[in-house]
Amino acid sequence: MPSNSNGEKASLGLKLGALAGLLFLYVPLLIIFLYAFTTDETTYTFPPPGLTTKWFGVALGRVDLWRALALSMQVAAVATVAALILGTLAAAAVYRSNFFGREAISFMLVLPIALPGIVTGIALRSAIGTIGIPFSFWTIVIGHATFCVVVVYNNVLARFRRTSGSQMEASMDLGANSFQTFFHVVLPNISTALLAGGMLAFALSFDEVIVTTFTAGQQSTLPIWIFSQLTRPRDRPVTNVVAMFVILITFLPIFFAQKISAEASDVEGK
Amino acid sequence: MKLSAPAIQFEKVSRYFGEVKAVDAVDLEIRDGEFFSMLGPSGSGKTTCLRMIAGFDRPTSGRIILYGQDVSTLPPYERDVNTVFQDYALFPHMTVGENVAYGLMIRKVAKAEQMKRMEEMLDLVQLAGYAARKPSQLSGGQRQRVALARALINHPKVLLLDEPLGALDLKLRQQMQVELKAIQKRVGITFIFVTHDQEEALTMSDRIAVFRDGKIEQIGSPADVYERPATPFVAGFVGTSNLVSGDMAARITGDAQTFSVRPEKIHLAAPGQTVANDAYSADGVIRDVVYLGLFTRYLVELDGGGDLVVVEQNLKSTSMDVLKARGRAVRLLWNRDHISRVGG
Repeated sequence: MPSNSNGEKASLGLKLGALAGLLFLYVPLLIIFLYAFTTDETTYTFPPPGLTTKWFGVALGRVDLWRALALSMQVAAVATVAALILGTLAAAAVYRSNFFGREAISFMLVLPIALPGIVTGIALRSAIGTIGIPFSFWTIVIGHATFCVVVVYNNVLARFRRTSGSQMEASMDLGANSFQTFFHVVLPNISTALLAGGMLAFALSFDEVIVTTFTAGQQSTLPIWIFSQLTRPRDRPVTNVVAMFVILITFLPIFFAQKISAEASDVEGK
Repeated sequence: MKLSAPAIQFEKVSRYFGEVKAVDAVDLEIRDGEFFSMLGPSGSGKTTCLRMIAGFDRPTSGRIILYGQDVSTLPPYERDVNTVFQDYALFPHMTVGENVAYGLMIRKVAKAEQMKRMEEMLDLVQLAGYAARKPSQLSGGQRQRVALARALINHPKVLLLDEPLGALDLKLRQQMQVELKAIQKRVGITFIFVTHDQEEALTMSDRIAVFRDGKIEQIGSPADVYERPATPFVAGFVGTSNLVSGDMAARITGDAQTFSVRPEKIHLAAPGQTVANDAYSADGVIRDVVYLGLFTRYLVELDGGGDLVVVEQNLKSTSMDVLKARGRAVRLLWNRDHISRVGG
């Protein structure tokens, strides 16, 4: 529904304010885009002394970059899958049954996303160190899952709450057992919530720095790789090229996650 | 299966939620092919009874028997019973056709057969041509029909209806009452209908069970329940009733036992009018008049104390006439057959 349904025009001040807000958010990103093409390799002089695409070639040739990118993708994928399963199960438990401490569990599941990453990171590092698990790919995944579970949980729980509970009863009433009911009724009902939650979880994991620094061993994920580049000013334009790709790649899942949630709420909003 | 086997039998069925006795040792027999209503206020246990027949809830004690088979502990998908839900519970991600054919799809009936029966069902509920729509594109009344078609497609032995007309407006509700009854006659399936609306129950049912606090107060035909209420609660819940007890009852009938008399059975007559042998009478003064279009409701204060509500149709009188009646002395007359001793 258009918010301006009465045809009233926004005032000039409001338009300028909105424009200023958008510029504030996006100018820094555009600067990154611009300096990905600069011929000047160490400093940000404006305007750039010249434009070139040679940094794309350099970036392509950097093996450490590719390794970091691959690791980030794998971690994000595994953390997302784990979050989808655990988050859905947790949401189902909290929604369907009324057990002692249900509200507390719900709160505890959501808390990690509000906790400063530095706290989660140090806590995980001590815990992992105490148990004696070697820092590895899997410890990174565990760290990321702590906050990825939350976004899936929240999305799926919200969907469950909007879904009529008698749908499951109706399905069983018509002859479907629990398994068939899950596949024919529950899963289609929450599928868009899973997609939106999963994409958000993937994006969160993909750019995570703080928790990762505490839970990674020798590996570096892409954000950590970019971070380490700051200490090497000579390669700055290479970092900008990578940053540009990351922006473009994360833009897509977030865009679609938003679109899917919006559509779902339109359809089910009765 | 014998033809005469009851559709549903409750044997001392109870359902407790913690300390609360939602259903308390109910015995009940519902006949094959009848339209049976469970009537009662909210929290009276009628919906819990329905849910136990469907299998969504299990009795704490007692047995539920469906055509001779004890189904007390069977899951919903193993009972030959289908339900029309209060909120319809249509699957929003499926089309109307897929919703209706759901039961057949689960049973892996051949596709062509599914289509054929789905179309028959949509025909039955007068929604032919709606198969491709989504539930969100339908009106409340249409969703209601889809829910009915979906529940009937499996040819259940018993169809359960949980206040299915509650969300519809008055006109549509009255139309659906007539249609539901017609559909029940056509398919010949036992219908069990839960409602808190006494008019709905009276209109459609072959028999009615009146529930109160987890127990059944009375089971009978609409005429029985209306004209011969067994308890003061039934007299008050089904229609409106004058309950007369103690001194007042003794003065009028010569017996102090409580009785009920319906407001429309009482006639207003001039003071001193002769009382026939088969009639009771009481003298009083009209204290209040409420003009309701089709009829007028009078509150009459009796000379010996107490008051009675009288309803008369406005066959000849206008609002001007009836409103002038306030303060007028009257004699109330009604036939002796029109009282019901309700005990208590």
